[in-house]
Amino acid sequence: MSTTVRRRTGAPYLFLAPALVLFGLFLAAPIVYAGYLSLRRVRVSGLGLGSGSRTEIWAGLENYTRSLTDPEFLPSVLRVGAYGLIVVPCMLGLALILALLLDAGRTRVGTFARTAIFLPYAVPAVIASLLWGFLYLPRVSPIVDVLDRVGITAPDALSSSWVLYAVANIAIWGGTGFNMIVLYTALRAIPTELFEAARIDGAGDIQIALRVKIPIIAPSLVMTTLFSLIATLQVFAEPMTLRPLSNTISTTWTPLMKVYRDAFVRNDIYAAAATSVIIALATFVISYGFLKLVGSRAFSQEN
Amino acid sequence: MAVTTVPVVPTTTGATTAPRVQRHRRTSPTATILLLLGAAYCLMPVLWVLIASTKSASELFTTFTFTPSTHLFDNIAFLTSYRDGLYWRWMANSALFAGVGAAASTLVSAMAGFALAKYDFRGKSLVFNLVLAGVLVPAVILAVPQYLLLAKAGMTNTYWSVLLPSMISPYGIYLCRIFAAATVPNEVLEAARMDGAGDWRSFVRVVLPMMRSGLVTVFLFQFVAIWNNYMLPFIMLGDDKLFPVTVGLSGLLNQGATQPAMYTSVVTGALLSVVPLVALFLGLQRYWRVDLGAGAVKA
Repeated sequence: MSTTVRRRTGAPYLFLAPALVLFGLFLAAPIVYAGYLSLRRVRVSGLGLGSGSRTEIWAGLENYTRSLTDPEFLPSVLRVGAYGLIVVPCMLGLALILALLLDAGRTRVGTFARTAIFLPYAVPAVIASLLWGFLYLPRVSPIVDVLDRVGITAPDALSSSWVLYAVANIAIWGGTGFNMIVLYTALRAIPTELFEAARIDGAGDIQIALRVKIPIIAPSLVMTTLFSLIATLQVFAEPMTLRPLSNTISTTWTPLMKVYRDAFVRNDIYAAAATSVIIALATFVISYGFLKLVGSRAFSQEN
Repeated sequence: MAVTTVPVVPTTTGATTAPRVQRHRRTSPTATILLLLGAAYCLMPVLWVLIASTKSASELFTTFTFTPSTHLFDNIAFLTSYRDGLYWRWMANSALFAGVGAAASTLVSAMAGFALAKYDFRGKSLVFNLVLAGVLVPAVILAVPQYLLLAKAGMTNTYWSVLLPSMISPYGIYLCRIFAAATVPNEVLEAARMDGAGDWRSFVRVVLPMMRSGLVTVFLFQFVAIWNNYMLPFIMLGDDKLFPVTVGLSGLLNQGATQPAMYTSVVTGALLSVVPLVALFLGLQRYWRVDLGAGAVKA
């Protein structure tokens, strides 16, 4: 197909130059550097005092084995796994149901509801965690107030058995509206003829949603799931913000928090680099595996 | 979480989202109730912060959650006086990071997207595959090695250490490639060339104006992503005069653990920090038409 201008010139390289330079400096170089650091370690000679007593040497895969066998690593991975199993289905399920309800058009509160549910997207994760963090405090929480009045003692949302759900709720609150808008936009693009025929045959709204609408917007569902999965693996801001309000969130609560602690609290950049590489690889495997699983042609290059 | 990093493909044409005629639909109470419950869930924390920021420090933890008080302006004045208006400096920093970073990122993405969409050149598919790989790299995993590299260059703890990494957005490039392919006809480029316009001149005079609505969308996505970013500035910056409002407020919350009076400031600060983005949203709502599926199929 000839959609492009065929002419030998240096122009495309000049147009690409700023992007390529920035890409090289801030994406490619850090990845390569993290890979390099993950294979290095410091050898301390003598008492480790004075310059020259600390030298960097090759460490082989030592940092990786150290990172993977760290007693705090596996629990943080399992925690993020459980967190993802709560957040991704709940957030996308809610987003899909709300988008279908809006699209069915059987209500007069559509515009209001759409704007209200989209609003949390404008609230940074840190601020959202802060707001919910206060709402979780028994002295502030209206839910605890209400339950108290009917004689039920509400569980402490920030206690060790509930804190995972408390963090997941913040993510669901923040992400549902955005995903709803994505799915709603896809639903609006479906030509009416496609389901008017089904309606004439007597299909109800729910059947139309299940048999016609959801299959058509499947590519959007695939992409929202993919980006939600990637975002889940990076959870950092929410638990970091909640830490001052709760003593149940450790410094290694998620793998990325462990990277931060190793790099900046323990000054062990080698372990931090190895853990970063492991998270990056896991992200690739999971997102690639997911795309394979659903057989998606998302990101295909033909135009 | 998902909020800050989920990028999507916005629709390139208004036609696909044109409202359908729905005269004959009966309203359903179930649908209305479910949507209102969703709206209530999403508005509850916002309503709370609106009310809580009117309470004095002693009222915050004692009066009923949703009973408003009268101390909003006292609280704003107190927050403003905190260390000579440090809070407003954080807001200005956020505006600087998000405004300049998003503008630069949009221009860089537009140039690269245009080149990928409208030129044939050696290495084109390699560049495109790099961009796609870049989309899948979780940005926050880069933060620690980015810090170490910038530390070697002596650039950490400066505005540049947050601005420069914010300027590259593989997804922005991917989107701009779609917009350029969809909205800039080759005939127009040929005509500009016939008139003697060089590549750069036609880009500035012809291509950018044609891609305008797509570029606004890319700008908004990047603006929100940078404004909401926490880990990058948190790692890069040590001097609290350089903090954006997200990092600044979470620091204030930490202080609240020892000085509970700070909590009122945290709550008031949280309210004020949300105002600009909410305004941006409501004002530019028509640009938030995101059609990820259609974009992925068209791309």
